[in-house]
Formats: sequence, structure tokens, C-alpha cells
Amino acid sequence: MTDTTKTPAGTGRGPIPLPTALARPLIAVGAVATIASTFLSWTWTPDFPGDLTVYGYPAGLQILALVAGALTLLFALNQWNVKGLRWLNPSNATSPVFLTAMSAFTVCWFTGIAITVDLGGLVNLDPGAYVAMVASALPVLGALALPHPAPGTGLRGYLTKPQQPRPRGITPIAERGIITAGTAIALIAFTYGIGIDNDASETFIGYLLLVVFAAWGLIHTGLVDRYATISAQHKGFAAALAFVAAVIFPFTQSDDHNANVGVNILIFATVALGLNIVVGLTGLLDLGYVAFLGVGAYAAALVSGSEYSRFSGVHFPFWAAALTGMAASLVFGVLIGAPTLRLRGDYLAIVTLGFGEIFRITVNNLDGDSGPNITRGPNGITQIPDLNILGFNLGEAHDIGGFTLGRFANYLFLMLIVTAIVVLVFTRAADSRIGRSWIAIREDETAATAMGINGFRVKLIAFALGASLAGLAGTVMAHVNYSVNPQPYQFAGAAPPNSAFLLAAVVLGGMGTVSGPLLGASVLYLVPEKLQFLQNYELFAFGIALVLLMRFRPEGIIANRRRQLEFHEIDQLDVPEQKTLTDEPAVTKAGA
Amino acid sequence: MRFGGLTAVRSVDFTVNSGEIVGLIGPNGAGKTTFFNCLTGLYVPTEGTVAYQGKVLPPKPHLVTQAGIARTFQNIRLFANMTVLENVLVGRHTRTKEGLWSALLRGPGFRKAERDSEAKAMELLAFVGLDAKRDHLARNLPYGEQRKLEIARALASEPGLLLLDEPTAGMNPQETRTTEELVFAIRDKGIAVLVIEHDMRFIFNLCDRVAVLVQGEKLVEGTSDVVQADERVVAAYLGEPFEGDPGEAEAAEVEAAEAAAETADADDTADADDSGAADDIADSDSRSDADTSGVADSTGEENDSTTKGEAQ
Repeated sequence: MTDTTKTPAGTGRGPIPLPTALARPLIAVGAVATIASTFLSWTWTPDFPGDLTVYGYPAGLQILALVAGALTLLFALNQWNVKGLRWLNPSNATSPVFLTAMSAFTVCWFTGIAITVDLGGLVNLDPGAYVAMVASALPVLGALALPHPAPGTGLRGYLTKPQQPRPRGITPIAERGIITAGTAIALIAFTYGIGIDNDASETFIGYLLLVVFAAWGLIHTGLVDRYATISAQHKGFAAALAFVAAVIFPFTQSDDHNANVGVNILIFATVALGLNIVVGLTGLLDLGYVAFLGVGAYAAALVSGSEYSRFSGVHFPFWAAALTGMAASLVFGVLIGAPTLRLRGDYLAIVTLGFGEIFRITVNNLDGDSGPNITRGPNGITQIPDLNILGFNLGEAHDIGGFTLGRFANYLFLMLIVTAIVVLVFTRAADSRIGRSWIAIREDETAATAMGINGFRVKLIAFALGASLAGLAGTVMAHVNYSVNPQPYQFAGAAPPNSAFLLAAVVLGGMGTVSGPLLGASVLYLVPEKLQFLQNYELFAFGIALVLLMRFRPEGIIANRRRQLEFHEIDQLDVPEQKTLTDEPAVTKAGA
Repeated sequence: MRFGGLTAVRSVDFTVNSGEIVGLIGPNGAGKTTFFNCLTGLYVPTEGTVAYQGKVLPPKPHLVTQAGIARTFQNIRLFANMTVLENVLVGRHTRTKEGLWSALLRGPGFRKAERDSEAKAMELLAFVGLDAKRDHLARNLPYGEQRKLEIARALASEPGLLLLDEPTAGMNPQETRTTEELVFAIRDKGIAVLVIEHDMRFIFNLCDRVAVLVQGEKLVEGTSDVVQADERVVAAYLGEPFEGDPGEAEAAEVEAAEAAAETADADDTADADDSGAADDIADSDSRSDADTSGVADSTGEENDSTTKGEAQ
């Protein structure tokens, strides 16, 4: 298989006229030099985020450059057909080398430019930075000199995903090993990203550059497709491992702040998953979904025993509070759904937008002045006590096996259980008679009703289920944040959760999938959190990101291929489906 | 059935008996599909009712399907992004009961119901010859197979009466013959079939009875011989097979129709232009002698679409 793609050396000359015999060493040397440069000092002052001044000890952006250089080296060796590395790039394509070289190049040059701009002048660059910039440019030049298998395509040839040879079968145990390794890598990458200091926006941008280009390169090697197929075959195992990885996460963090970020991401993701039932499966565009989160949070706050609650004497245990929150959201969902779900498309979107705003304004007005005092208006309900589940106080730090788990870590565990429940509900509901009728309604409502589906009833069930899952997340959120107030439950705002961000998390991640909204929510939460300097332009950047997404990858980062790759015995007819992973997911991801 | 000032279907009384294949033909715009939509509850008839096995059906699509009338669509309406198997499983919706709770709890009852549904669906796919493509997305199927899948999906709701809206449109003669055999096989299952079609060879081969709908009104109903011999049908829809004999008694009538209608071979589809042909038929309506067993008399109401499909 590799033999056929390797031969057209003369035909597809790269844009840079260098003999292949020179190009390959150039890439390798450049990559090694990049790695070496990260052990040098890049600037003289520790003022630049990450402290890049130390010799012999990479830090911050240098670690990212080191990883990028190492990846480039791997693919360079692969180009040389080094034994044991061929699995990295089965089609022996040039694009992975080029893309990983680009990751090193962008990280190093971004760092150099950022140091110059931040500290004011080229003088702030130490020799190490020059070495890094020059060294990281070499692999890009070398990669562009390599012959690529699609002659005549010019530069585009370096960005087209090559046709993959059919993979060899491997044993189930090896497959499980691969899933474990993949999960571990994902955990490390995620932990690193979340651990970047909030002030170190530069490091986070470098991180995004590395992740985007490396992921793009890996997609081009076909390894991502392969991984997706394998984990689809071991769905339960992959899900369990992901859960274990999420449980391990708090133990890797010394700082409870990161656990706080994790909790918020999980809340956000859980609500997005609930919305995915409504939007992704049933195809009902709901622009006021965050109201259900609010209903759940308020319901839990009212029965939490807070002294500012209208019913301050009432203190439900958590399970009862969660059920109350879910029930309140369910009732609210049915009340909103019953009159509106007879509408289709745009009309439904506008009406739900209206109802979402009505919730916020009503809560604002139930302050004893404009209406009865139930929610204390804009002040909200504060001093919500911490949860106490079976004698385990979630508000206190606990020592487990030498690790100190703070308050947010406790809530992270609680939220993990909630997320697991929601994922279970989502997958089970989606793969059943009722889930099929949701999808049928999304595909063609007229045909669905002609097949005997009671459209209104089924849509109402989807709406109510989505609402109660959001309500469940809301009950936890009220306790995590100590307070509830009407402010976050708006249509669009600078920070999640709000209806626009929730919808964006679903669309960005991939409608109708489980992992899509989880990923989308993580990206949409982390990016505003880590790039604080964007604050004033956040909605603007958000809008641009959405436009780019719709242009280049309308199906979201993780496309729902409707279980197709699982059964890929059937080739030709399903080729149209293959288009899903070709075009620059990177652009959209970077923009977001 | 009226849309504003336009009366699309008027006083069409119609009965389909069990085990029967009945054809519904007529020029484009005659109201055949509108009639179907009235039957299946997609349109609420302005006047008149639809009855199945003696029970009057409410004009709600899902209740009509539940009662035992299933349909296909003129322009294929599959669930494009679902697999072939899932499409048929959706068709099983009315014959299964598992709600949200059983889906979440996944008890043994749920698993058994899912297994049974899948077995039934696979049986139907085998029946139409699509069992090898169960995991393909519906939209990736070739045209002819999409038609078959739509029929399989309709059959999944275990209907007593199947309404097919132009099942062979766009098919080549060979595919048409396959469809013909499929319809016979469906009839042999004891399912009554009402089929709209423009392919006259298909219709006259297949149908026990044929009704002609022109300008929203039923012109003739009877065996294929009766319909083929009826001069008004020839004038309005079928057209003259030969160019000769202009001096016949009905010459004036025929010519008037031909002036407006686009004629083609008698075998083939003849699309009559709506407005021209319509004027013609309006006066011939008074002489209507179409009368076959089981047809209810026109009640004199503006609109009365009655279907009595008497499946076992």
C-alpha cells in the first residue's frame, strides 16, 4: 500500500526546488534543533508569562515548542521509512509532516513575536529564541520541498487529506490499549490546557496553535478516523475510561481553581447535552434554553435552606432538591412547549427566545416590589449552604490517599455523576423507539407523522426531557456558586452559560453526538476564561468563529456519522460521507 | 377539499375492498395527491369524511396510520440521514409501545420489543430486497431502491390499505416490472392497494379497478376495459392512439380536448393541461355513469371523500 504512494517522486514536485535527499534531513535537523532550542533561554526577563529564561529547563511555551518539534521529528523519521514508525502515517502522505512542522513554526514564531511586542523590542529576545525561530522554519521549508502524492495541486496539495489504505486488523486487547493511550493523551492535553495560568494568554494561544495543527496533522494521517472506529467498537470501554480519566483529573491538580473550571465546564456541557436532545436529535431550535437551567437553579435555591430563600425553613436533602429542580424545569418545559411546539422552524425559535427572556424578566420582578417576593429580584438568593450527602460535606476539603481534594473537587465528582447520568439518558433515549421518532421528525416531520408518529407528543417529550436535564444541572450549579441571580440566564452574554453559548456548544461540537457538546462546551468555556484580554471583543470573536464554522465545517467538530464507520464493509455508496473530515477543522477551532 | 376559492377535490366517493388493487389516474393537477392527502389526514377535508372498516377517521395523520392506512409520497420522503433499517423501524412506531421510561431503564421487555421490531423490519427489507443494505444511509441508496424502501417503511406499520403515490415515477421499464411484482406480492399478503400512477401499462396490468379523476371530480370508475373504452377518459387523459378518424361522432369533443391537452401514446403518460381539459370535463360530468360495486352515491355535498377500505 505504501509502495504505490511513495513512487511518484518526480511527478509531484514541491513548490520549493530542493532535492528530496536534502529535504528529509532538513526537516529532521530543523526538528532536532527546535527541540534543542527549547532548552535555551528565550528571553532575559521572567516578566514574560511562563518564565522562558532558564537554561536546560523548558517551560510554558517552550514545552509546547518541544512537543511540536518532537511530533515533527516523528513524522520526519516516518518519511524516511524508519522501521516501527510506519503505523504513524499509513498512507505516507506529506501533509502530516507539513502540518506538524507548521505547529512548531507557529508556536516558535508566535512566541518570538509575542516577546518582542509584550516587552517592547527585539532586544528582549535571547539567542535561544532566534535559534528556535530559525530551526522551526527549516522543517516547513523541507516539507514544502517534499514530493507530494497529488501532483499539480500546488500548495493545496499539502492540505488535502490523502486516501487511506485499509487498516490491518489488530487484536481487541491492542485496541483497548490504544483507547487507553488515547484517553491518557487527551487527559494530559486537557489538563495542561486547563492548568495554564489565566494571566498567561500567550501560553494558551500557543497551546491552541499546537493543538489545532497537531490535531489537523493527526486527522490527515488517518489515525483519528481509525481511533474513532476502534472506540466505536468498544463504546462501553471507551466511555468508562473517559469517566475514569475525569475522576483522575482533580488528583492531578494542586489548585482548587482548576477544579472550579472543571465543574463549570461540566455544568455547561451537561446543559448542552440536554439541549442536544432538543436541537440535535429532534431538530427544534430552542433559543431560550438557559431558562430551564435557571428554573432548576432557583428551585434548588428555594429549598436549600438558605436564609435568603422565601422558604428559608425548608431544607431538602440533595436528592429531593435535585428532583424538585428537575420537576420544576419539567413543568416549565411542558408549559412553554405545549403552546409553542405546534410551530415549526423559525417561528419556534422566536417564541422560545421570547419565553427565555420572559423567565429572566419575571425572576427579576418577583422581588416584593413589582410582584410577590419569591426570588428577591436582582439580588438573587444568596448564601446557599453547601451540600451534605450522606454525611459527606462537599464544602470542606478532604484528604484522600495523600491528595487534598478541595470544595470544587468534591463538586466536580458530584457533577461527574450527574454528567454520567445525563450521558446515559441521552444515549439510551437516542437509541430507542422514541429516539428514532425524534430523528424522524428532524429529518421530515410530514413523513414522520404519516408513519404514525404523534409529532406534538413526541416533540413535547423531547422538550420536557431536555428541560429536566438542564434543571438537574441547575440544582448543582446553585450550590456550587453559593447563589442564584437572574443575570446569567440571558440570551447572549460574554460568558457561558447563556442560550447563545449553549447552542454554539452544540453546533460547534457536533449536533446529535455525545462527545460533541462535551468538547464544544470545553472549548467555549476555556477560551474566554484563558484569553481574558479578549473580553471586550468576545462576542465579536464569537460571531466570527460561528461564521467560519458554518463556512468550513457546518457539521461541527465531531460529525455524527450515524454509526456508519462501524460497519465499513460497504464502501462505494458511503463515500459522500467521507467528506466530513477533510476541510480545515482547525480554522474554526482556532477562531472559537 | 377547497383551498380558498379553488376546489381541488369535489365529491369523490370511493371504496376500496380488501385484497384489491385499485388505480387512480388522471391528468396532472386533477387532485389525485390532494385526495391522498385528505385520506391520510395531512389535509383536513373541508367537507366529507374518511372511513376505514366502517369507522370514521379523524383527520390526523398519525391516527390514520394507526388505524391501518399507510402511504408513500410522490416525491420520495425518506428520513435521509437514517439507515435503511432505522427507516423501517420508524415505520413500526404505531405497532410498538415502548415509551421513554422503558428506553431509559432498558428492561427485558424493551429489549424483546426492540429485537422483535428489528426482526420484523428485516423481514420487510428482505421482502423488498433491501436486506443487504440495512446499514446504508437512506440518502445513499439509488433512486429505485429508495422507492422500495419507502414501500417497506409504509408496510412496517402493518396497514390494511396501502396508498402508493406514483411508485414507478422515474423508473425504467425493468424496474417498473419489479415494482409491479412487488405490488402483487403486497396484495397477496391481503393488503388492499390504492395506487396513483401515470404509467398506463402498469395501471392496466395491475389494477382490478381504475378510477379516473379529472379536475377534482371522479369521471369514471371500473375495470380497465371500461375505463379504456370510455371516450371522455380518452378525451381528457388517455388520448387517441392513432391520428386517424377525425369524423367520429365525438370529434368535436376530442378536438377540444386535444387542443388543450398534450397527448401522447395511449400506452404512455399523457399529461393533459389542467385548464383546457377541465372545461371539457365539466359538462361531461352530468352524464357520469361510472358505477362499480361498493361506490357510495354522491351525497350532493360539495365534497365528500369516502374511503371504505375493508381489510380483514
